[in-house]
Amino acid sequence: MTEEIPKQDGFFFWIKQLWLGVRVPLAAVLLALLIGAIILIASGVNPLEAYAALFKGAFGSERYLLRTLEKATPLIFAGLAVAFGFKAGLFNIGAQGQLIMGALTSAAIGFMITGLPTLIHILLALLGGALVGALYGAIPGTLKTFTGAHEVITTIMLNYIAINITDYLADGPLKDPAPSNIVARTPKIADTAIIPTPQAELTIGLLIVLLVMIAASILFFGVLRNKTFKIKNRTLLFFLRFALVLVTGVGIGLGLRFLTPNFYASPVEFSPYQAIPLPIGFMIAILTSVIVWFILMRTSFGFEIRTVGLNPHAAKYAGIKVRWMVVLAMVISGLLAGLGGAVETQGVIYRFQPGFNVGLGFDGITIALLGRNHPLGVIFAALLVGAMKAGSNVMQFDAGVPSQIIDVIQALMLFFVAADVIVRWVIRAKPKSGEEKIKLTSGWGNQ
Amino acid sequence: MNFITYLRTKKLLLPLSLGLLGLVIVIVSYLNNPQSTQAVLGSTIRQSTPIILGALCGIMCERAGIVNIGIEGQMLLSAFIGFMVNVWTGNLFISVLAGMATGALLGLLLAFVSVTLKLDQIIGGTVINILALGLTGYFYTAGLTTSGKIQPITLGSLAQIPLIGPVLFRNPPITYTAIILVFVLQFVLFKTTWGLRTRAVGEHPRAADTLGINVFSTRYINTILGGAIAGLAGAFLTLEAVGSFERAMTNGRGFVALAVMIFGKWSPIGAWGASLLFGFANAMQTQFQFMGTFNIPHQFIGMLPYLLTIIVLAGFGGRARPPAAEGSPYEKE
Amino acid sequence: MANRPILETKKITKRFPGVLANKDVDMVLNEGEILAILGENGAGKTTLLNIIYGLYSQDEGEVFVYGEKTSINSPHDAINQGIGMVHQHFMLVPVFNVTENIILGSEISTAGVLNLKKARHRVAALSDSYGLEVNPEAIVEDLPVGVQQRVEILKALYREARILILDEPTAVLTPQEIEDLFRVMRELKSKGVSIIFISHKLKEVLEIADRIMVMRRGEVVGETRPNETSKAELANMMVGREVLLKVDKGPAHPTDAVFEIKDLVIHEDDHRNAVERVSLEVRGGEILGVAGVQGNGQTELAEAITGLRSITSGEIYIDGRKMPAANPRALTENGMAHIPEDRQKHGLVLPYPLTDNLILCSYYKRPFVKGLTRNDDAIEEYAKRLIESFDIRTPSPFIPASNLSGGNQQKLIVARELSRDVKVLIANQPTRGLDVGSIEYIHRTLVEMRDNGVGILLISAELDEIMSLSDRIAVMYEGEIVATLAAKDATREELGLLMAGSKKETVPAA
Repeated sequence: MTEEIPKQDGFFFWIKQLWLGVRVPLAAVLLALLIGAIILIASGVNPLEAYAALFKGAFGSERYLLRTLEKATPLIFAGLAVAFGFKAGLFNIGAQGQLIMGALTSAAIGFMITGLPTLIHILLALLGGALVGALYGAIPGTLKTFTGAHEVITTIMLNYIAINITDYLADGPLKDPAPSNIVARTPKIADTAIIPTPQAELTIGLLIVLLVMIAASILFFGVLRNKTFKIKNRTLLFFLRFALVLVTGVGIGLGLRFLTPNFYASPVEFSPYQAIPLPIGFMIAILTSVIVWFILMRTSFGFEIRTVGLNPHAAKYAGIKVRWMVVLAMVISGLLAGLGGAVETQGVIYRFQPGFNVGLGFDGITIALLGRNHPLGVIFAALLVGAMKAGSNVMQFDAGVPSQIIDVIQALMLFFVAADVIVRWVIRAKPKSGEEKIKLTSGWGNQ
Repeated sequence: MNFITYLRTKKLLLPLSLGLLGLVIVIVSYLNNPQSTQAVLGSTIRQSTPIILGALCGIMCERAGIVNIGIEGQMLLSAFIGFMVNVWTGNLFISVLAGMATGALLGLLLAFVSVTLKLDQIIGGTVINILALGLTGYFYTAGLTTSGKIQPITLGSLAQIPLIGPVLFRNPPITYTAIILVFVLQFVLFKTTWGLRTRAVGEHPRAADTLGINVFSTRYINTILGGAIAGLAGAFLTLEAVGSFERAMTNGRGFVALAVMIFGKWSPIGAWGASLLFGFANAMQTQFQFMGTFNIPHQFIGMLPYLLTIIVLAGFGGRARPPAAEGSPYEKE
Repeated sequence: MANRPILETKKITKRFPGVLANKDVDMVLNEGEILAILGENGAGKTTLLNIIYGLYSQDEGEVFVYGEKTSINSPHDAINQGIGMVHQHFMLVPVFNVTENIILGSEISTAGVLNLKKARHRVAALSDSYGLEVNPEAIVEDLPVGVQQRVEILKALYREARILILDEPTAVLTPQEIEDLFRVMRELKSKGVSIIFISHKLKEVLEIADRIMVMRRGEVVGETRPNETSKAELANMMVGREVLLKVDKGPAHPTDAVFEIKDLVIHEDDHRNAVERVSLEVRGGEILGVAGVQGNGQTELAEAITGLRSITSGEIYIDGRKMPAANPRALTENGMAHIPEDRQKHGLVLPYPLTDNLILCSYYKRPFVKGLTRNDDAIEEYAKRLIESFDIRTPSPFIPASNLSGGNQQKLIVARELSRDVKVLIANQPTRGLDVGSIEYIHRTLVEMRDNGVGILLISAELDEIMSLSDRIAVMYEGEIVATLAAKDATREELGLLMAGSKKETVPAA
């Protein structure tokens, strides 16, 4: 067996790994866009116009960019929820139900409690949403462990049940009593529960700092090898590099600011953005992804979850309590979805209104698979789909295309990423030994 | 051995007891309020039709070894296509055929993905569901009208029998077909060569292969035929039951069908019994809302079928014994 | 006996990715003879026969039946040509009954509707005429293995096979059942059926075959007759060098009991008890072998002892301390090591790299975990050390375990299990499916461990392995230990009888 031992380090190694991981989902997306274009042509629409409008609607201005980031945020959480489930060998289609339960809880805490300092209120509402999502995820997890009921069906049923419960509550006990309100929805949450969206003015100085930080990342994480740093502990090494990047960026920024204040503060001419929106909800999502990645790949607990997902028999042999892991995995999955609902409520909608974000469960699956069940891949997949969703409004307005075409394209993307065999054939890519093939089905029985 | 032990060995004790209980309840209720009883029973038959058709689709696929969770999507897209064909042609018969063809086509897709591409079957089914949702959402325009829906056919003097008559013998054709299909499939699955081979492929495909049975074509054909049956269910929804289309109108029936299939232990007659139970739950749901009984908020009543599905799965899902080889793609070594 | 060739292959070559399974194989089967194809695991015997039966198609070469060149593209073609095959792993649908299994694919029917009554009669008639007793209505999964094999043979005879291929048929039989099988084979031979018999067991081949063809690494290395050769010569041909047919081991010096089971009962779902009140004791520095035909409770016993299955009643002790049930971790932490029967199911996580597999049971311990996170360096160092000292052939410690050969996978498991602090080792079918080199290695390692004071419980379906390695032998039949004897007092015949269920007095071990 002559297999090349890959060097486990270095810039080019990581780029190659990245490419191997990304090429199939990328090809899937492109194929889907291609077929979408064909459907558009068949409907009498110029696909180039449509896609251009789509892009404009996603990135064309600050407002659009903000919308993209806002759309991406719950998608990140849903994708994380589903991906985490997949890692444990579970198919959690219940992200939607868990998310709306979390959203309603967060809204309830948001408007029913007043007089709290902002930070506490925000955290409390987020926590509430996450906890309820976790509990709602515990249900199918427990059912599967103790009765063998397959989570695909139970989570879908629980989605419908969640819709009914939240419908009732939003139309009944938690309904907005204001005389001007006739629809089923909760009152607006208190200002102290709202997650703000600050902005950073886009100046030349800021742009330079950003570019410097990107270059510094490449330098410290890629070009300089592990050996150069003479530190054994990998975690410490990571933080050191991170700190170096920050210091470089901030240092150059401060330096510029002092030396050339006018230049620093002058706006960037050619950019469509005056300022970069910083939706904190989105940043919470990114932070959550990083934490999930860390837990999965760097801790014993993560090892246990992954082992259960890959081979539950060997996991038992290894002394892992498999049943407990299954429940925990669903709980965490539900927690992530619930947190997503809370973030959406507190960051974007500011109340709970039934009918929002339907189909999020299936979106989560698309995102998880596009991102190859990797927490960081999920972020990019969510940005892609979020951009498409955000841009679809402008596409409808400018090019006259019903926004549902996005659903079709999404379905196609999911199809191609799931049918990665087709994609591989198209791009003539043979699977390398590291790439995981996703396998979940083991029938309905207790395996 | 005595009668009870005999029943237990044939595993008929539970279904027979349930059936007897049901019979008693029906008689008591009829004596009390014949109008409502008839309405509920009639509704039961109607509500159970798409579910039993979906379950039969599931049985056909799973008995051959293919897990099909895309029944919901098959129903939805078939409902839509059937409806659109009716709008365009006004011919109900052709519309039903179009619905069945759609289901069969999606079945072909699932078979292709599962058998030839050897991909994960649950993901394959999910893709069908998402595709159906996306396509029906995109292409549907509201406000279309049709010439109407399929009318019930009265089976002569049989319809005169009190209670049973109007409930069973005054139904539109797809409903009749569903019931007939139950018995036809039960016979085919257990008493014919085709059924024996199908079951062998689902339990031990390699054994079937070594005896010259083509595992791949058996799985393809069963999945396509199953898809046609799911298509019939979809056609029922828009052409016989409601008369028009609505986004996401299947509302989870495809998944309830799966629970029914498991509850019925993968046998058509067993599934029929289970589907009647679910149909009954649906019918009672409407009845409760209608009568305004107990002052329960309508959302809670709406949860009934979904709760019931979970309860059934929890009670029977783990212990049920599915076809042994289902879910795994067959690899010729 | 007319000795014309009834089945012939010329220059059959078959390639699989990375492996040349068959190379230029020429084989001749004469009418009315029993031809044995001998070779160790992986020699290519099954591949050749699968080609003949139509399950694979050859890359090069031709097949001739009755002197005519034919192409066999599917089992259907093979059956039509009168070829029947009984596979090593039975091809029976467990939930069907005997009749349904036999007629499957060649059913008796009218217009597609099965005629089961007629089928049952046919099966009964067939069974009578060949002396293969079966109950046509019995559900196959309830039948003992020997009877299942009869069903398989009847399947071939029902299709009027004149050429019968038997792939490792004796692997699952007691010595008496093997005699039975040979009787049936001779009976079939007298009725004009020609038989190809695949095996890796020298004694059987010498007993039953008319001619012997030896394969090694995909090629034919020799042909001979039983009266012209010996076990040693055959073994030499099979492996290509001198083979130690007996394990080199000195006497045992057992100490106190390190492992004990008391009155273990394991309940099965269908109201049977898989294991009935088993009590055993393993002392440090000895090997206790558990002999028995597969399916008599060994699998359940092994799983229960190692915590992978729950116990209905009974107790397990390591070093005198009572162990909690169904808790593999408690057992590992108290000094138990386990080489599982199914290495790919229980013993390895195939997609994981070798590093993760090597710390599979100790991933949570220091130094592999530092604080909250995993310590990659310590893991890598440990893995490299084990790979070297156990000679696991791999280019890197980071490749996934699925890339390793069967022998190296087993070595990985052995390396992992034996590098801990071990008091008792449970070895379940440790050499199944391995090549001779790996088998020798594992046997040597087991004896070494024994000499270092470890108590070993060896469960194996290979009677020769049990007899050559064990110091004491326990025989399991229908979930009970029916006898325990000292190895030096045990004979093959006696063990065979015990394995088949005839009771004997327990002889106290020396």
